[in-house]
Amino acid sequence: MERIPILKMGRALLITIQVDMHDQMAIALEEDLTTRIAQTGAKGVLIDISSLEIVDSFIGRMLDNIAAVSRVLDAETVVVGMRPAVAITLVELGLTLQGVKTALNVERGFELISRRLAEIETVVVEIGAEDERSGD
Amino acid sequence: MAQADIGQTIAKRRAEILKDWGHQLRDGGALSSGRLKEAELDTQVREFLDLFVQAVSTNEADTARKALRQNVAEVSRARAIQGFTPTETATFIFSLKQPLFDALTQEFGKDSAALIQGLLAVTEILDGLGLHSMETFQKSREEVIIRQQKEIAELSTPVVKLWDGILALPLIGTLDSERTQVVMENLLQSIVEHGADYAIIDITGVPTVDTLVAQHLLKTVAAARLMGADCIISGIRPQIAQTMVHLGVELNVVSKANLADALGAALRATGRTVATIKSASGGSALSKA
Repeated sequence: MERIPILKMGRALLITIQVDMHDQMAIALEEDLTTRIAQTGAKGVLIDISSLEIVDSFIGRMLDNIAAVSRVLDAETVVVGMRPAVAITLVELGLTLQGVKTALNVERGFELISRRLAEIETVVVEIGAEDERSGD
Repeated sequence: MAQADIGQTIAKRRAEILKDWGHQLRDGGALSSGRLKEAELDTQVREFLDLFVQAVSTNEADTARKALRQNVAEVSRARAIQGFTPTETATFIFSLKQPLFDALTQEFGKDSAALIQGLLAVTEILDGLGLHSMETFQKSREEVIIRQQKEIAELSTPVVKLWDGILALPLIGTLDSERTQVVMENLLQSIVEHGADYAIIDITGVPTVDTLVAQHLLKTVAAARLMGADCIISGIRPQIAQTMVHLGVELNVVSKANLADALGAALRATGRTVATIKSASGGSALSKA
């Protein structure tokens, strides 16, 4: 069966959906992604749907699911490159993807994730510094 | 009496009928508005009568009648576009009755059975054409209305770029679902084109905001968010704010009092600020150079 590739870029995962997704593919993607997040300890997931022209309620819900699962595994999902027609369709279907962050293109989506990664790093450094101080 | 006889009668008295019909039309005020030239009317009248004779006299009545209906449709459409009233348009056909009846009476005056038959036949055809004329007239007017509606919808939903990455959508007029669709499509398309981060929806020109309008606004905001742009709503007038609260309408989006505030907020959010420069002392700093 066709599978959608999941690319690792630093501490984030990049998924570009280049074909029209059918339901089986969506389910497989959800499973693969969950495994990969757990394996790699990724903190961000970038889903590029700029080639996706057709969405239905199932795909919409799957995006929501992916976001929810990723959140549980401490990774932030950003959906990027949604086409206007797709956005209108999802809104008409009542799927506003409340738990998902969005960005206009991959570049901006990556900025969002980098900012989050930077925040995490800072926290780590600060705690590290505090540890040192208390060690003195 | 066969229909062919009517055709012959009309053909024989063509000049007379044309003159009478012309008088009828002029008395009815066909030319008084100045929208139709005398020569134009003459051509229309002559064409119609010739086609009419063909339609009642030839063997291939079907093709001839089709041509006649086509002619009526063209004349009616032209009048609809020129702004004639329905009565003026229908009069073009119905005013032919009198001259035709006169001609038939003179021809078959003695033979009353044939006369009645002839009158009935002519009336039937003319009434049919009259209805067809009205239908075409109505259809043309509707086409005009639909086209204008589309134009209004497009005209009234401009998306303007205020700054790099900041778009404004000044809404004017009532928001129904059809307009919302156009607005949404325009906005989303512009977001892609300009790569915008922020979209300001200004509703100063929206007269009322009820639950339906609020829902339409929220849809637009949600769609923009899916594309990765944040929305700010501005220009909610005091009365509208009150009505919205009374109706229990909640817009869960950032809202600002006016477009200026919204622009300020968007600029701040994109890491910019507006500063006053000292050198602008007196006089207009704007030059046309």
